[in-house]
Amino acid sequence: MRYNSWIELSLFFLLLAGLTPLLGSGIAAILRGERVPLMDRAERVIYSLCRIDPGREMGWKEYAFSLLMFNGLGIIAVLVLQLLQHHLPLNPQGLPRVPVLLALNTAVSFATNTNWQAYSGESTLSYLVQMLGLTVQNFLSAATGIAVMAALSRGIARRKTHALGNFWVDVTRSTLYILLPLSLVLAIILSSQGVVQNFSHYLTVKTLEGFNQVLPLGPAASQIAIKQLGTNGGGFFGVNSAHPFENPTPLSNFLETLAILLIPSACAYAFGLLAGSRKHGVSLLAAMFAVFILCLGFALRSELKTDPALDNLPFLEGKETRLGIMPSALWAVATTSASNGSVNAMHSSLSPFAGGITMFNMMMGEVIFGGVGTGVYTMVLFAVLTVFIAGLMVGRTPEYLGKKIESREIVYAVIGVLLPGLFILVFASISSVIPAGLASLSNKGPHGLSEILYAFTSAGQNNGSAFAGLNANTAYYNILTAAAMLIGRYAVIIPVMALAGSLAGKKYTPPSTGTFPTHGVLFVILLIGVVIIIGALTFFPALSLGPILEHFLMRQGRRF
Amino acid sequence: MKNIISGIMLFAVLTVITGIIYPLLVTGVSQVMFPEKAQGSLVRLEGAAIGSDLIAQKFSSPAYFWPRPSASDYQTVPSAASNLGPTSAGLKQIIEDRKRELAPYFSGPVPAELLLASGSGLDPELSPEDALSQVAHVAKARGLSQVDQDRLIALVKENTESPQFHIFGQARVKVLRLNLALDAMFGRSQGGGN
Repeated sequence: MRYNSWIELSLFFLLLAGLTPLLGSGIAAILRGERVPLMDRAERVIYSLCRIDPGREMGWKEYAFSLLMFNGLGIIAVLVLQLLQHHLPLNPQGLPRVPVLLALNTAVSFATNTNWQAYSGESTLSYLVQMLGLTVQNFLSAATGIAVMAALSRGIARRKTHALGNFWVDVTRSTLYILLPLSLVLAIILSSQGVVQNFSHYLTVKTLEGFNQVLPLGPAASQIAIKQLGTNGGGFFGVNSAHPFENPTPLSNFLETLAILLIPSACAYAFGLLAGSRKHGVSLLAAMFAVFILCLGFALRSELKTDPALDNLPFLEGKETRLGIMPSALWAVATTSASNGSVNAMHSSLSPFAGGITMFNMMMGEVIFGGVGTGVYTMVLFAVLTVFIAGLMVGRTPEYLGKKIESREIVYAVIGVLLPGLFILVFASISSVIPAGLASLSNKGPHGLSEILYAFTSAGQNNGSAFAGLNANTAYYNILTAAAMLIGRYAVIIPVMALAGSLAGKKYTPPSTGTFPTHGVLFVILLIGVVIIIGALTFFPALSLGPILEHFLMRQGRRF
Repeated sequence: MKNIISGIMLFAVLTVITGIIYPLLVTGVSQVMFPEKAQGSLVRLEGAAIGSDLIAQKFSSPAYFWPRPSASDYQTVPSAASNLGPTSAGLKQIIEDRKRELAPYFSGPVPAELLLASGSGLDPELSPEDALSQVAHVAKARGLSQVDQDRLIALVKENTESPQFHIFGQARVKVLRLNLALDAMFGRSQGGGN
């Protein structure tokens, strides 16, 4: 690695670690309901317009119902916009109606914060759909994640109550005060680097050698900023942030990579503050940083070698010259840890070991930073299991941040942790034996299995990146990945909300000498152990037939 | 019921804010502050746009520098990558084909960047080493003297950008810019346009 790459990498971690407590404190203040100067009036106007009483709090069922309804509206809006795009304005290319199953898949994908894409934006969607459908869901699905995190933290911090906050207020404040200002700043910096932002017709030019070339344009910068910040990941263009109009310079690449992890990391800090234990938040972050750095190290080590099966060439297939290998590997590890799913290099062409790391990152349940809000609340499920296992070792009722953990809480945690994985494996196994599943493959041998496994892991963990050799735009994959996305999103959110409701109703149990501390080195190590063991035990057999097998066969120079 | 109406209303209000006001605001600011960039960083020759600084275009004549290969043959709508994996026999075949085609133009081995396609298929840049390795075929196709060849090497170096702020990314050469400078120095090539 060049020396400047080491500086770039160090700067990345310094900035991330430095900004986390700053932004995290801000997020906590916003979710506590503190007044924001200047914007306060606008916020009140919104509530009165929508007949929302911001002081009225909801129990877990009403909160979860409001959330489901709100996300349901998102699915309907994106679906309808796509089906009618040929009749609507801002469609300068005259793109036709999107086929219904693809439209449904895309609608579910963006409302669940997955942003799996079975289409290429520049040849499928009008500017209006990109803006009014997708950009909106980029914001609202991220705000939904933050809201669930806020409700969970209240369930932990409050005593003997049903009230978990008001979903409408949490979504509004997360959107207006966290996501919108950060996106505005990032979008403008990105456009200064060359990300396009206009409503012009695609431009046809005659190249220097006299060929015709069509330059796709559109309001890209505004969408790319939030797709990076909101762990969405759905590209404006088909090849996502490998596209030079989406990620034009090394600086834009650095900022887009930082944006992937920024809010998820700050959310973990904010959660600690809101749940009443800053130390716990910092310990969650320590676990995330540790696993992240470990995975990055393995991925880089493998990416910086050469490919014995392909004439010992470096791993440059699917990578951009302006970005290079280190920034591509950093992005690949960040985007799969954080449930973002955008790519700046093609994951299918990564070295087998690095490709395996990207899958393993998702398989751990998207808790190494994870999605905006979702990363922390899923990590809390693992933390609950950790104190439970620690409690079993010493024979005491486990406690988590002053609340007794009983069988009901463990049931919720186990459902949220295991259900998405179960469906990922079942869907992937079915697809690897039936013709409808196998017909979409473009690679043979173990890499073919990896394509299928990656697709369902990505959908089921709401990541959205792909081993894009797989042709995902078929009726079979459109329906099955949509189902995986819905299960992966709501089979975690609903148990988390039930957990929040159950914890809120309990009294405070002050820590005693026998309480297992939920911060410190021992807790961090146990937590990492639980995350890795559950991820590894669930998926290790599948991983060993895919990327691990491919790694060893490549070392022998085998091809398929 | 009241909750449902509130939800629908809020959905509408937030759609207007994030789906209309926000993108329009970003468009307004970027069109005022960076109009060239927001419109696609177009490159003009004698007044007419001939491409973008950021998007690779196809060069087939040996009288020009060649960009990275493209899995979609430089198609832009949609752009595409090969997505072939590290043990792919198909990719091995593609590499062999490219090698056979390009080997006559290089005295040494064909550079890896010209054998392996970029992720976007539209990568506009080359590493300076790989651009320099193409000086020979450009000079030969244009019948340049040794002195002119040295000027050409200097031209590649002149068009090399360092890592951004000396930190981010790596050194690189924009192929379209380099070819324009090449034409400006030695006259427009007649080899292309097929």
